[in-house]
Amino acid sequence: MQAETLSGGFADPATQSAHAFRSVMEAMARPGTIHDISGAAPPAPLSNAAGAVLLTLCDTETPVYLAGEMDCAAVRAWLAFHTGAPVTGPSQCMFAVGTWSALVPLSPYAIGTAEYPDRSATLIVEHPALTASGVTLKGPGIKTSASLSLPDVQAFHDNHTLFPLGLDFILTSGDRLAALPRSTEVQ
Amino acid sequence: MSEYNFAYLDEQTKRMIRRAILKGLAIPGYQVPFASREMPMPYGWGTGGVQVSAAVLTPEDRFKVIDQGADDTTNAVSIRTFFERTAGVETTTKTTDATVIQTRHRIPEEALTEGQVLVYQVPIPEPLRFLEPRESETRKMHALEEYGLMHVKLYEDISRHGHIATSYAYPVKVEGRYVMDPSPIPKFDNPKLGEMAAIQLFGAGREQRIHALPPYTQVVSLDFEDHPFEATKADHPCGMCGALDSYLDEVITDDAGGRMFVCSDTDYCEGRQAAGFVGEMNHQRAFSVQPLLETEA
Repeated sequence: MQAETLSGGFADPATQSAHAFRSVMEAMARPGTIHDISGAAPPAPLSNAAGAVLLTLCDTETPVYLAGEMDCAAVRAWLAFHTGAPVTGPSQCMFAVGTWSALVPLSPYAIGTAEYPDRSATLIVEHPALTASGVTLKGPGIKTSASLSLPDVQAFHDNHTLFPLGLDFILTSGDRLAALPRSTEVQ
Repeated sequence: MSEYNFAYLDEQTKRMIRRAILKGLAIPGYQVPFASREMPMPYGWGTGGVQVSAAVLTPEDRFKVIDQGADDTTNAVSIRTFFERTAGVETTTKTTDATVIQTRHRIPEEALTEGQVLVYQVPIPEPLRFLEPRESETRKMHALEEYGLMHVKLYEDISRHGHIATSYAYPVKVEGRYVMDPSPIPKFDNPKLGEMAAIQLFGAGREQRIHALPPYTQVVSLDFEDHPFEATKADHPCGMCGALDSYLDEVITDDAGGRMFVCSDTDYCEGRQAAGFVGEMNHQRAFSVQPLLETEA
């Protein structure tokens, strides 16, 4: 077992996960806004932000799909040690993490059912750079409109048309994150 | 404080609640099931709100609790003390100073700002429950957007009383999709739901549901073209601070029909009194035995 497997978790889980969750919640409640998140130092290729999101939200009850190069021994061991989350394929997962090109196509992920739309996957998208520019966002949580650099437009637009079903996205880059829930209209 | 995990709940429970909150924010107005825990207080005392607050609080937060607008009722005092002891957070009664506000049945008079979180204690989250007792059926009705029954209920109000008599827990439609029960807030507070800059989270402990409204979400109170929604309050100024724009409680002051109306939001009322506003019945003597000022019927 590598030393990096054991390190890089929250040193003080209760308060660090509380802070990390507030960042995720603010991001999800205000699509397009970019927030700092800290506390995790996971092995590459996981970003610190994606690592913190996994530590905050995942445990033995949440199957995780590691897409593309995320599915490596270092990440698997780190995730197993710190969260105990089972690693599965895209159709079974509650959370998926990877770059956009590794995560697509979006069709295998659970989008919820008409009676339980919450039973849908959350995709943690590793993104090279998050900036408040590019695609225009509208919808709940956005006063007039917001902008965010997205890896794709059509896919997020199509996802929104499924509302109230659909996927929710957390975009991570370095120590920062933003979110794009299914309720957001992408123009 | 060291006897408990931060904010009482264990971390696995908080993760489960946090996942439910995120799904709730992603699907505004939809009730997300969650595995509500036993809390050291009975159901009906705000266990849903307490669990949501526990999952949201950080050590740096300033926490306020109101019960029907008041900071000093049993429920508010005990929940405030609970989090002082288990989370070590600072508490306040000032709406503007608070970062997290847990509320039972009111929205503060002062407009909330970005960065604040409003946590509601919810008794029955299902707006259709008293019309259709079966959960399997109400789920289907939400899935199919079959809300005709709710309009029938409002119509029956009109046919019986001549107007929509529902005065609290007044149903709203969120973003044109889900009909939601805003918890038993007076309908006076309904217009604040949609304009709010703060995040609104609703926790129902016994019913094991969490729902949420992100900021600036479209929230429309159900009504009819010829019977439009009206946010009503007692047609009086506050007896203590003279406010004309706040929601009022009626307080019986003697056994001869004497009564007064006072702001239900105690922080708002005290703030106005401190700023020099004086109501007609504010004699600096609690419940004066002098002949009471005449109030219209």
